[in-house]
Amino acid sequence: MDFLSDVISWFAETGRWTGDDGIIPRTIEHLWLASLPMLIAVVVALPVAVWLGHRRIGGFLANAVVNIGRAVPSFGLIILAAVFFARAGVSLRFWPGAVALLALAIPPIFTNAYAAIVTVPGETVEAARGMGFTENETLWRIEVPMGAPLILAGIRISFIQVLATVPLAAVLSSGGGLGQYVVRGFAQGASGLVEVFAGAVLIAALTLGADWLLSRGERLVLPEGLRRRGSDEIRAAASIS
Amino acid sequence: MIRLDNVTKMFAGGTHPAVDGLSLAVGRGEFVVLVGPSGCGKTTTLKMINRLIEPTSGRIEVDGRDVMTVPPHELRRSIGYVIQQVGLFPHRTIGQNVATVPRLLGWEETRISDRVRELIELVGLEGSMLGRYPAELSGGQQQRVGVARALAADPPVLLMDEPFGAVDPIVRARLQDEFLELQSRLEKTVVFVTHDIDEAILLGSRIAILNVGAVLEQHDTPEGILAKPANGFVESFIGGERGLKRLALRAINQAGVSRGPVVDVTATTEEAAKVMGEHGVSWVGLLSGERLLGWVDGSEIEGRPLAELTPHEFLVSLRSDSSLRAALDAVVTSHARVAVVVDDGIYRGMLDLEAIAEEITE
Amino acid sequence: MILAQDTAPLFDWDWVGRNLDAIWERTVEHLALTGVALTVGIMIAVVLSVVALRRPRTYPTITAATGLLYTIPALAVFALVAPFVGIGTATQRFITAEIALVSYTLLILIRNIVTGINEVPAGVREAAMGMGYRDGERVRQIELPLAVPAVMAGIRIATVTVIGLVTVTALLGLGGLGFFILDGLRRSIIFPTEIIVGVALSVLLAALIDLSLLGIGRVLTPWARGRGT
Repeated sequence: MDFLSDVISWFAETGRWTGDDGIIPRTIEHLWLASLPMLIAVVVALPVAVWLGHRRIGGFLANAVVNIGRAVPSFGLIILAAVFFARAGVSLRFWPGAVALLALAIPPIFTNAYAAIVTVPGETVEAARGMGFTENETLWRIEVPMGAPLILAGIRISFIQVLATVPLAAVLSSGGGLGQYVVRGFAQGASGLVEVFAGAVLIAALTLGADWLLSRGERLVLPEGLRRRGSDEIRAAASIS
Repeated sequence: MIRLDNVTKMFAGGTHPAVDGLSLAVGRGEFVVLVGPSGCGKTTTLKMINRLIEPTSGRIEVDGRDVMTVPPHELRRSIGYVIQQVGLFPHRTIGQNVATVPRLLGWEETRISDRVRELIELVGLEGSMLGRYPAELSGGQQQRVGVARALAADPPVLLMDEPFGAVDPIVRARLQDEFLELQSRLEKTVVFVTHDIDEAILLGSRIAILNVGAVLEQHDTPEGILAKPANGFVESFIGGERGLKRLALRAINQAGVSRGPVVDVTATTEEAAKVMGEHGVSWVGLLSGERLLGWVDGSEIEGRPLAELTPHEFLVSLRSDSSLRAALDAVVTSHARVAVVVDDGIYRGMLDLEAIAEEITE
Repeated sequence: MILAQDTAPLFDWDWVGRNLDAIWERTVEHLALTGVALTVGIMIAVVLSVVALRRPRTYPTITAATGLLYTIPALAVFALVAPFVGIGTATQRFITAEIALVSYTLLILIRNIVTGINEVPAGVREAAMGMGYRDGERVRQIELPLAVPAVMAGIRIATVTVIGLVTVTALLGLGGLGFFILDGLRRSIIFPTEIIVGVALSVLLAALIDLSLLGIGRVLTPWARGRGT
């Protein structure tokens, strides 16, 4: 119980929330570090995946991307990126993390979007073509809306994954959003455990909160009839966790 | 052999009983078909016999034993069970699938492998298939394995739930014929569920027509049901063309054939003319001993000896075990409006429309 | 681009040669951390899956709880557990790490086990019952073998993920191959060789183990090969 009261005191310290090293600025930094790579990943990977899915080619790519993505440790990736940026003389606070996170963000977005389009029943697409839809119209007015549940799920999964990995960037310098508390705390050994725990609580709150918010948002955006397509079975088939 | 005594099944949350006080008896060696519209409770009834579903009230006896007094797995190992989806175990070979119940019963290996081999041939498959996996077989082949598997431990009773429903009509017809033949050899007691009245008429020795709630509307032989439907429900369920369906049930040799307008080629033209006159036709059939050569039109004779004429062939000839329905088809399509009956070259006789119609009206 | 003097030369083979022992030790540590996590994870997942299968109503709760553990970043889980288990001794650090690693595997393992069993075709289950299999016999002889592909898929995903996460335990003083990654960074001059060795070997390890599991899966499912359709 002593420990927990220490933690509460930590939160209650003056300047803990605002201020240079404060929780709020760090949270904002955390979200920014996650959002920029996400934005780029969506802009880059989504159209490619959708297009490949529509043409029904490149399936092995979708599979390979996910498997490689899983095998490469994000921790290692960040630090590897740091090596190259250090050699280029660039500050390590932002870029290595951003690059590594971009690489992390792409697989779920890519594979889910691909699976979303590829699993639209062939007959539906044929019916659309038969009714006179152009290729473009078929893609954007039929396939993408039908694939929306999976596509949105992929984006959500990707964002949560990225959000969860931001803290690792804290090993590089003073960045890493809320991760800085944890990394700094561990480096101090037993005496840093209060900060470690507090940081963990904040990170957990942020990621769980974001996940909950995005899930709700997903559900609001999707029309009733399509909700079934975001099912576990399809997700399992797309081998996305 | 099987008795259902006032059996009722009410499912939780249901408003009406799925099976409402059904009483039915199936004798040893009978092939009973439970037939009725979708949702009438026929499958539920079937599943109560091997206790996959337990009755809410009432008593079910198999071979004198109340099914509720026997441990379920023991009961089921003594009853063969074939379902529409077949349900072959994908991770086991065909041979292992067929050997399932014998293995559960603890038979020894040599007895099992002999039996498996015997059964595979019995259902018309090759021994080379024993090492294959179900995924490699076609739907029809899979269902044959399903039947073999059900028969493996030589159970006296066989339960079948729409077993031929999942294959295309051509395969289904073959499976039905082959199963009929199999049953004539094995003489199992079979309870067969289908929604197809024609299948029921084809296969069953007795048919139980069930209405919603498994209400027994009529329980009789196919002929009995077709000849005298018990009520309006049964009538509409049987559907139209009842006369034709009844004809399908009887063979020519159960009816009588008449000699018809035929003469031997050694006969004189006067005798031929006499025969034609007796039958009121302008043609005559020519025989050589017992063999039917064909027919000639009266105008072709012109005083010449019959042996010198070239007879026209009868386009269709039927065996005496063909159905009267096939005979009717031949009558309607033939030029001479008769069905000719020949068994392995030996002439048996002829049927005309009147003769066939008489068969139904009695 | 001006090359800053912030790092040592890109790859130093000599270092590798001199440190083969350490590399081997860390690889073993990596495998140990992974192995324990997967073993414990599978055991817990099996228990929870059985509960979920016997009482389907508990499944959403189980999924929600393990989903929570899955969403919270591994680093944060280490950090939540560490103050209570302690990080003073090597054993404590090992336990802290393992708790976090195991909790990460649960969702995926449970979901795959439950789905694997539920997706056994209804006809197969009904035929098995109708032929006289008792419940236990049926689950062991029919349903479980047929669930193997899904379960193996889950194990593969969980294993590869854990291998990646083990590197993060470097922050706790463990790390397996992650030790090199962190050590290379923390030197006064960043030492790329160590980092590259750490990352490359992790990936290699993950790839090799994934392929082995794939092979084992194939061996266990002879019926799924060479399907005609």
